Amino acid sequence: MPETKKSAQSEVVPPISLRRRFTDHFMTGVAVLTVVLVLVPLFAIFAYLVYRGVGSINWAFLTQTPKPVGEAGGGMANAIVGSAFILALASILGVPLGVGAGIYLAEYGRNRLGDVIRFTADVLNGVPSIVIGIVAYSIVVLYQKHFSALAGGVALAIMMIPTITRTTEEMLLLVPQALREAAYGLGIPRWRTTLSITLRTATSGVLTGIMLAFARVAGETAPLLFTAFGNQFWNLRVDQPTAALPLQIFNYAISPYDEWHRQAWAGALVLIVLIVTAVAAVRLAVRRGTFGAA
Amino acid sequence: MPSPQPIESTKVSDLSSAGRSAAHFFRESGEIGDQVFKFAMLLCGLAVLGTLVLIVYELVLRSGPSWHAFGFKFFAARDWDPVNEKFGALPFVYGTLVSSLLALIIAVPLSIGVAVFTTEMCPPALRGPLSFFVELLAAIPSVVYGLWAIFVLVPLLSNYVQPFLSRSLGWTGFFTGPPYGISMLAAGIILAIMIVPIISSITREVLMVVPQHQREAALALGATRWEMIRVGVLRNARAGIMGGVILGLGRALGETMAVTMVIGNRPEIAKSLFAPGYTMASVLANEFSEATGDLNLAALIEIGLALFLVTIVVNALARLLVWTVTRGQPSRANA
Repeated sequence: MPETKKSAQSEVVPPISLRRRFTDHFMTGVAVLTVVLVLVPLFAIFAYLVYRGVGSINWAFLTQTPKPVGEAGGGMANAIVGSAFILALASILGVPLGVGAGIYLAEYGRNRLGDVIRFTADVLNGVPSIVIGIVAYSIVVLYQKHFSALAGGVALAIMMIPTITRTTEEMLLLVPQALREAAYGLGIPRWRTTLSITLRTATSGVLTGIMLAFARVAGETAPLLFTAFGNQFWNLRVDQPTAALPLQIFNYAISPYDEWHRQAWAGALVLIVLIVTAVAAVRLAVRRGTFGAA
Repeated sequence: MPSPQPIESTKVSDLSSAGRSAAHFFRESGEIGDQVFKFAMLLCGLAVLGTLVLIVYELVLRSGPSWHAFGFKFFAARDWDPVNEKFGALPFVYGTLVSSLLALIIAVPLSIGVAVFTTEMCPPALRGPLSFFVELLAAIPSVVYGLWAIFVLVPLLSNYVQPFLSRSLGWTGFFTGPPYGISMLAAGIILAIMIVPIISSITREVLMVVPQHQREAALALGATRWEMIRVGVLRNARAGIMGGVILGLGRALGETMAVTMVIGNRPEIAKSLFAPGYTMASVLANEFSEATGDLNLAALIEIGLALFLVTIVVNALARLLVWTVTRGQPSRANA
């Protein structure tokens, strides 16, 4: 009996040939190899960044403005503050517009116009950052007649808006319809419901979108090249050229001076710590988010 | 004794009138408020639309002089001479295409491998951290990639990789010339590292919406795991993976800083990947703020317009492809 059973089984399911089994293991190996090949540059970049950066960060770097070529010391304090300034301008312009457009799409946008705006936001998301720099140049710099923090802020705001719009819409749509209906039932007008009930419920998700957009533009260099332009000194005026951390890193990296290379690494470390902190915070917030259960 | 009644009744009437006026107030403010609010939100939505229109308008308007001076020949001419006001964009178009294609050749197999590994092979506990690390690659700013490429990748290429390649593959003509490191090859490699996260995350998303019964059917027919992946998963996800690849291409075409820092910035067309090149985005980065005349500026903006149009077409195509696969499925299938 066991004999016949065995032979019957082997007739139905022929044993997997050596070649097929080898291919299977080989492809698994290839997949593991690709993972290793992708992760190696990641760790190499971070390791080298920490290795070169930590040694170069000191109190002077964080508190002083750049020294003239040839003099040791100095720092990027003006660039760090300048970046914060430009990002603040970008957020002031971009966040309300982005959130507003998101609200429109989620609450009033189930129509043709909504589809058009949705598609436009996706298209904007794919526009190369350097092209956005050109546009900010021609709508702000050409009228002001000189480079300015405002132009940089406008460029970065244009880059923030699509991300914020789409995530805000997605997050508002996750809020259960019953919650809106409950508010209408209490006689609360629609606008009030949207602001105090729907948006409020989706706050953590909307904030996530804003942080992602922020992290994305914080490291942008290309749109600032001919808008904020850079500055070796302090500037907190909206209509003047302003230093930015990514710009300073770029200029120092392509310079021939060792001292500046050192500072470029330090600047890159500061920049990446800021961005990774933001992204990690977002991931934590999402995992703990209000929508895990909803 | 009759006194409480009137008091009570006034109380009731007060309450109801208060309630009525509250309802009245809400209805009134609601009607006006709703109109105002909807209008304000509409304006925000239109601002998004307006931004795109403004981008197109400004680019077309300000590239006009170059368009009138050179016409279509702008993209076929090879010389870029600001002093004599002769502008041709061919070297930049060539550099953009070659560096992006090189990046795709390197990045596509890697990205698909990573996506297949994370969705089909790896232990569930490893899945989260792995995709987090790959996402982290996307969070590194372009300028930091460039910095790393200048000081680590380029020396590595010129000391080890380029001599090896020219010895073993020099006869093809793609790997000849002095191994300076700064080259088209360096640009392609750094671009590849930068587009891996986008291609692999889209591929992962697409693989996850392949129905489970496709896998089960393949396994039930006696397929090994790899055969199951090949026949049951990858074949079903082809269009979506293609979409991810094209999205990666869109990113590579427009990438500026890292490329500018390692490609060498010389407007020449060379067969060898060891030779320096120039891309559309990097010529904008390098020369825009120093443009010497109206025609020079217009020529640069026309390059920007071309870049803009190409990336829009590429992105629209990619979204369409991804959409045909994930259609009807929740867009964020978290396993």
